[in-house]
Amino acid sequence: MTTFTDPPSESFRLSMLLNDTRYRSYTFQFIALLILIVMMAYLGMNLVRNLAAAGLNISYEFLDQPAGYDINQSLIDYNSQSTHMTAAVVGIINTLLVAFLACLTATLIGVVAGVLRLSKNWLVSKLMAAYVEAFRNVPVLIWIIIIFTVVTAVLPGARAYLGEDPEYDLFLGMMAFTNRGVYIPALIWGPGSGVVAAVFVASIFGVFAYRRYARNLLFETGRLLPMGWPSLAILIVPSLLVFFVMGQPITMDMPDPLANRFNLRGGLQIGAPLIALWLALSIYTGAFIAENVRAGIQAISKGQTEAAASLGLRPNRIMNLVVLPQALRVIIPPLISQYLNITKNSSLAIAVGYADVTATLGGITLNQTGRAIECVLLLMLFYLVISLSISSIMNVYNKSVSLKER
Amino acid sequence: MTDRNSQIVAFVREETIPQAPPPTAEAGVVKWVRVNLFSSIPYSILTLVSLYVIYAILASFLPWLFNGVWHTSNIRECREVLEGATGGCFSVLSDRWNQLLFGIAYPSDQYWRPSLAFVLLFGALAPVLFPNAPRRLLILTGLYPFIAFWLVWGGTIFIPLMALAGVAAGYLVYSRYVADSFAMGAAGGVATAMVVWWIGGFVTGATEGVLALEAVPSRDMGGFMLNMILGVVCVSLSLPLGIALALGRQSSMPIIKWICVVFIEFIRGVPLITLLFVANVVLAYFLPPGTNFDLILRVIIMITMFASAYIAEVIRGGLAALPRGQYEAADSLGLDYAQSMRLIILPQALKISIPGIVNVAVGLFKDTTLVSVISMFDLVGMIRGPILASSDWNGVYWELWLFAALLFFVVCYGISQYSQWLERQLATDHR
Amino acid sequence: MKKTVFLGALTVAGLAAGAAAAATLDDVKARGKLNCGVTTGLVGFAAPDSNGEWNGFDVSVCRAVAAAVLGDATAVEFVPTTGKTRFTALASGEIDMLARNTTWTFSRDVDLKFTFVGVNYYDGQGFLAPKNLGVSSAKDLDGATVCIQTGTTTELNLADFFRANKIEYQPVPIETNAEAQQQYLAGACDVFTTDASGLAATRATFENPGDHVLMPEIISKEPLGPLVRHGDEEWSDIVRWTLNALISAEELGITSANIAEMSAGTNNPEINRILGTEGTLGEMLGLDAEWAKRAIAAGGNYGEIFAKNIGEATPIGLARGLNAQWTDGGLLYSPPFR
Repeated sequence: MTTFTDPPSESFRLSMLLNDTRYRSYTFQFIALLILIVMMAYLGMNLVRNLAAAGLNISYEFLDQPAGYDINQSLIDYNSQSTHMTAAVVGIINTLLVAFLACLTATLIGVVAGVLRLSKNWLVSKLMAAYVEAFRNVPVLIWIIIIFTVVTAVLPGARAYLGEDPEYDLFLGMMAFTNRGVYIPALIWGPGSGVVAAVFVASIFGVFAYRRYARNLLFETGRLLPMGWPSLAILIVPSLLVFFVMGQPITMDMPDPLANRFNLRGGLQIGAPLIALWLALSIYTGAFIAENVRAGIQAISKGQTEAAASLGLRPNRIMNLVVLPQALRVIIPPLISQYLNITKNSSLAIAVGYADVTATLGGITLNQTGRAIECVLLLMLFYLVISLSISSIMNVYNKSVSLKER
Repeated sequence: MTDRNSQIVAFVREETIPQAPPPTAEAGVVKWVRVNLFSSIPYSILTLVSLYVIYAILASFLPWLFNGVWHTSNIRECREVLEGATGGCFSVLSDRWNQLLFGIAYPSDQYWRPSLAFVLLFGALAPVLFPNAPRRLLILTGLYPFIAFWLVWGGTIFIPLMALAGVAAGYLVYSRYVADSFAMGAAGGVATAMVVWWIGGFVTGATEGVLALEAVPSRDMGGFMLNMILGVVCVSLSLPLGIALALGRQSSMPIIKWICVVFIEFIRGVPLITLLFVANVVLAYFLPPGTNFDLILRVIIMITMFASAYIAEVIRGGLAALPRGQYEAADSLGLDYAQSMRLIILPQALKISIPGIVNVAVGLFKDTTLVSVISMFDLVGMIRGPILASSDWNGVYWELWLFAALLFFVVCYGISQYSQWLERQLATDHR
Repeated sequence: MKKTVFLGALTVAGLAAGAAAAATLDDVKARGKLNCGVTTGLVGFAAPDSNGEWNGFDVSVCRAVAAAVLGDATAVEFVPTTGKTRFTALASGEIDMLARNTTWTFSRDVDLKFTFVGVNYYDGQGFLAPKNLGVSSAKDLDGATVCIQTGTTTELNLADFFRANKIEYQPVPIETNAEAQQQYLAGACDVFTTDASGLAATRATFENPGDHVLMPEIISKEPLGPLVRHGDEEWSDIVRWTLNALISAEELGITSANIAEMSAGTNNPEINRILGTEGTLGEMLGLDAEWAKRAIAAGGNYGEIFAKNIGEATPIGLARGLNAQWTDGGLLYSPPFR
């Protein structure tokens, strides 16, 4: 914009604004900006006039009012007397939770399916092709509903686990799979459990340090240290020792089939809506990721594999050391946009009754307060922030792995 | 020597033996099975697992499919016919067939109109999609939007005729002036079209009912037809918009570039469903008081914006993939921006982008099912709303959902197969 | 080139523009159709049949208004709305009236700026439970999982009820009635809660309705009624008095069977005023003299509409209860026509 204030050259004529390519772009930009401003002003004015006519206003005060409704799954403290703001935060956390879980499993499913689709086993590759095509070509909303129906219809009701003489026993004495959700033992963090957790985290770093050491040793001296069992030992042994030294501070809270006549009590309940949405998103997106993985692997020229084989590498080492590192460069960018899609598709949670942010802030809060504009704006803002942060991470990664050519 | 040999050697083969068939393990079905299914122990396990999975699926699915009931008028009758045996109540499909395809409100004696429009769609798309289709079909492509509009919405034929006249007049003016300057041609064309439409407004007002099909308001559209309408209309509208956005994003003019970047990133950053909420519950506040857009129109605007942002990114990829030399060559020929884009860059960039655009189109078509969340009766909305809510078919889930899935699968799989075919066609000249 | 479909549609929309600005009555008359917001499907109240024909208790109110205003009970465009979209649809002028079992509450009336024209069904939130659950009172539901249909006052009532009784529950919010039902029948929730009428309607569609019982507790007051926008009093008067005409007709014994005979003139001046043979009530409303006669003839009086759509003879089988005339101990009490 500063360029507008530049002193015009001696020979500047008004017609140059249209005919001279040096100045024409300013004209175009000025017109575009003008149109944009006029449009915004027009929409804004309409908004003000409409709101005035309806006697409404834009106000975010409702966020401090008690929400008045309950949410079935919340990672933070929430009850019906909490504010709409808290309800929105619960929704945000739930969105992030399901998106995170689905990203993990979708990647797993996608990589396995993508690799298997290239398998020499005819049946397996055809089966994977069928999976990929079936899921890629049907709307995710339909899949979510179908999978929710499957979860509801196939798993037994909670009452099958209840009472003195239940129809089903707890799986391994600690887990129950019902159509209301899966019940697993919850960990109770007693006093001193922080030390155990700290030691465990330290051991994770220890494993990495050991692996790094072993690798350097391999590169420098050619001596190959065993990787598998020492890592496992470093990971588990110190934590276990501390666990017993501290007097077993972490205990498990088992689901109890006898405490209540309607539901299992205790333990950790993963609600059926979450499971259905999680499954649906990961299977659906897994199909897309499988295609990305396949494309990535196929993009690596055959010569690379053959060269690696002629060096005497075993097939799984060829995959790990030669093909995958190169394929990742092709796979990661579309993979991250699939993660974005998962986050955005998780807004379909309303179809299964999962309390994500679209269901709390954009659903019940919107219904109860009638504050449509405010709620939808906040909702869009949230998704925008998430998407932009994921894509900025993607850009950083892209820069770091892009081939430094020429 | 010869004699001696003949006496020493008891037998000398005098003709070659016929070629023996390869060992059974190395031929025919057996070899195929061994190589493709049981080449190693892990593979054999995988094969067995896969076989079991297939068996398990088929064992529960086939009886349900083949034992299905097709001709009852409600679920109670269907359950009686089945008498507790496994079987699908497919009669919900035959009973509600028209509703699934056309929604509840489309006049039933007019079903031929959307059906005809659907059939014509293939004719209109053929010359675009298949390079060796007869070129004369392009006329149909050009006329198709008007024909389809008239067929689906009805009303006097003068509305599409006037719209067509406007476009034709605009195109004439454009082609007259484009040689001088693209900007002038485009502006003149649009202005002419506007004038003709403005005049046409009076003509259509005066000729209401002349050569008219029964007018169907757009809120009466429903079922799979609504998905098709939304998909086709929004994809075609978003193409020009997407091209404009992609060019804007590549532009050297910072303001235009930033407007496009903000628009694209904003749209791509939010889920479609929030945009539909905007269409449904917010957009009304931003329109002048007293305006009342049809819900379907608001939805079309939002989905078009949504799709154009994605298409813009695909086309931007195409533009970026073109070798720098193409831009420089166009410049060195002395072409201005509009000419170089129109004649050199875009034709190549669009060609590379076609598979990507088709992918976006498939994704968009699938996403049209989200309109069911804002109480529109598309295919999914029909199932979730009127059909499952009716006392006749309450409790029939699998049949309906699998039918919906099948319908979408057929369309989307068809399109993606086409896209792969096209990719192979396009790939030939690079190898 | 393809832009023109859009522009063509824009012209169509442009013709339809200007709907909300003028008086609603004039708009409806000019359009020749009444836009009436209903649910996406609730048996007995509003649901399209296999021919796409809408039927139900709420639908009958729409048809009566259309008959009164336009003289044609079929001149109604039914606009399906969800709990989320219904108020915006009404506020933005997309629909002229909303008859979607909507509870009359303070905040909707005052804060959201709507006018409830009356109550066509006195309802209350109840619980539906399987018989074999062995629960006789909602207060025994400690720890139960409850299916709720979202987008209503139901969530709030439920939270209040359980908080007041100091018992816990797990809500499962579901968008549509059909899906809530599916969850309930599969045992994914112990009880299903919504308005008692809706529960009865839902139970009617079950394979074995007898296996399910309504709990005795009604935990809220849910006066359901049609509503219109604030600020257009002529229009709200028309809808209000159409509803009152249906209620009065039952009280005065006007039925769809005897209406022709009665409109020849009777000894009861109120009947005469309603049917337009005496006085100028129709004119005062801005309609013709026979408006109420047409409204009643369209689907019968309140009692007939009730009996046909949700009454005891239908699978839904609701008793009149609170919805009986005041003379029969109910709450229906239409102001006099004079």
